[in-house]
This record gives sequence, C-alpha cells and structure tokens, in this order.
Amino acid sequence: MARFGVGARVRARAGDPDGHTRLPGYARGQQGEIVAENGRWPLPDEAVRGNPRPEPVYSVRFAARDLWGEGSHAVVVDLWESYLEEAR
Amino acid sequence: MSGDHAELPAAARARQLEARAIAAGLITDAELDQVLAEAYRAGSPASGARMVARAWTDPGYRERLLADGGAAAAELGLGPADYLLKAVENTALRHNLVVCTLCSCYPAYLLGPSPGWYKSFAYRSRAVREPREVLAEFGLRLPAETEIVVWDSSAEHRYLVVPARPAGTDGLGEDELAALVSRDGMIGTAAV
Repeated sequence: MARFGVGARVRARAGDPDGHTRLPGYARGQQGEIVAENGRWPLPDEAVRGNPRPEPVYSVRFAARDLWGEGSHAVVVDLWESYLEEAR
Repeated sequence: MSGDHAELPAAARARQLEARAIAAGLITDAELDQVLAEAYRAGSPASGARMVARAWTDPGYRERLLADGGAAAAELGLGPADYLLKAVENTALRHNLVVCTLCSCYPAYLLGPSPGWYKSFAYRSRAVREPREVLAEFGLRLPAETEIVVWDSSAEHRYLVVPARPAGTDGLGEDELAALVSRDGMIGTAAV
C-alpha cells in the first residue's frame, strides 16, 4: 500500500546514509510534490546488501528555487518511499 | 570525442576491471566482446525516433506512449527493458531535459549507446542546476516563458523526450518524420 498519493507534499530525508543510496545529495532535506506513483521497486540501499525488498517509488517534483535558491525550472526525481516523509 | 576517450581515467579503470574479471575466470574476452556487440546492435536512436514519429501521426499511440512508455515501445517490437520507461512530451509551454545525476542511466534500447557528454560530471551536475544555460551551450535557446522540467533518471526509471513536431511537416509520412528526430532531441538537448 502506497503511503503517499499524487499531489502530496513530501520532504526528502536529510542526512548522509552510511552505504549506497539513490537519494541524490541535492534533494536531501528538501520539500517537493509527488507527481506520479511508479509501482514498487527494490530499495537500492538494501538490494545492494542482498535484500531486494520492493517498496513504492514516486516521482517527486522540486522547484529549482527550493533546491538552489534560484532558477525557474523544476527537477523531478524518482524516490523510494523510505527516502520520504510528510512535509511539515 | 571518441578520439580521446581511451585516455580518460575511467577508461583505464574499465580496462583494469575487464582484465581482473577475465583473470578471475568470471568472463572471457570473447564473451565480453559479445555482450558489447549485442548492446550496440540492440539499441539505435532510430528506434526512439520511430516511436516519436508514430506519436506525431497517431493520437491514440501518443496517448498510450505518454501513459506507459514500455508498453508503447513493445507495440513497435522494441524491448522489453527491465525498467520503467516514461515518455515526456515537449509543448509550446514546456521543455523536458533528461539527466542521470548519480551515474549514467539511459534508455539505450531506444537511443543506442549514450554520448560521452551525458556521462560527464559537468553535464550531470549542471543540468539540474542551470538547464537553461546548458541548453544554450547546446545551441538551444528557449524563450524565457518556456518552463524547463529536468528529469533525473535512475536505473529503474528512465526517460524519453517526445519533441514537439516541427512546423511545416504536415505533408510528411511517418518514415520521413522519424528521420527528423535526433538522439539529442530525445534527451532534450536539441529541439527535435
């Protein structure tokens, strides 16, 4: 069951995990909006340790101004559910 | 570009990795060649261009392509791929650009091997930060009011840009239209 729906505001987790991850550094701690649900895919952070546990992946749209402090474009990143929390 | 590729540090590392894998008995030189030959044979930008031209001429196909890129590729006998393929459409108001900031993920079965610049640190870091400037360096100057959306790919989620159909192409057939579509157009660094 997917935790978030299209249109939800989410925040990518801050911090730098010890091992492999697919949460790009520039998105960490930033708020964005879910624009698509992409089904379930193995979480890379665990798959790399031999545990291919699938979980929902979302396309999350970030405003350049939020990421970089400037710019009018948007950046969409596909992020696993474990990388996200509800925006506060 | 390919002339100096063999001198890059990454190329030296790849050669060492190949040598170690062969020495360890994991793969033979001939098998490695076969894998590479298959990868180059299977993918060509002509495949992606066929999909774009079909979308320009068949509204039903366009809808299916935007809803499920992998299924639309399969309709034309392309694939399957073991990742989600998403098609994103350029319009008068929006331009799409594809990058993979973490590595070099790319829909090779539709576009062929990725260009060297796609894998470069400069493109990967700048495309998400200043896409308008990057596009201008590629010779694509977009109107200020055109919104740019940058899609950061992953191994499991890869993107195909559907360029806007050029003006003055009403009389062209699907094959002629496909011939207009470039690899860079389907990455988003060219208009078509």
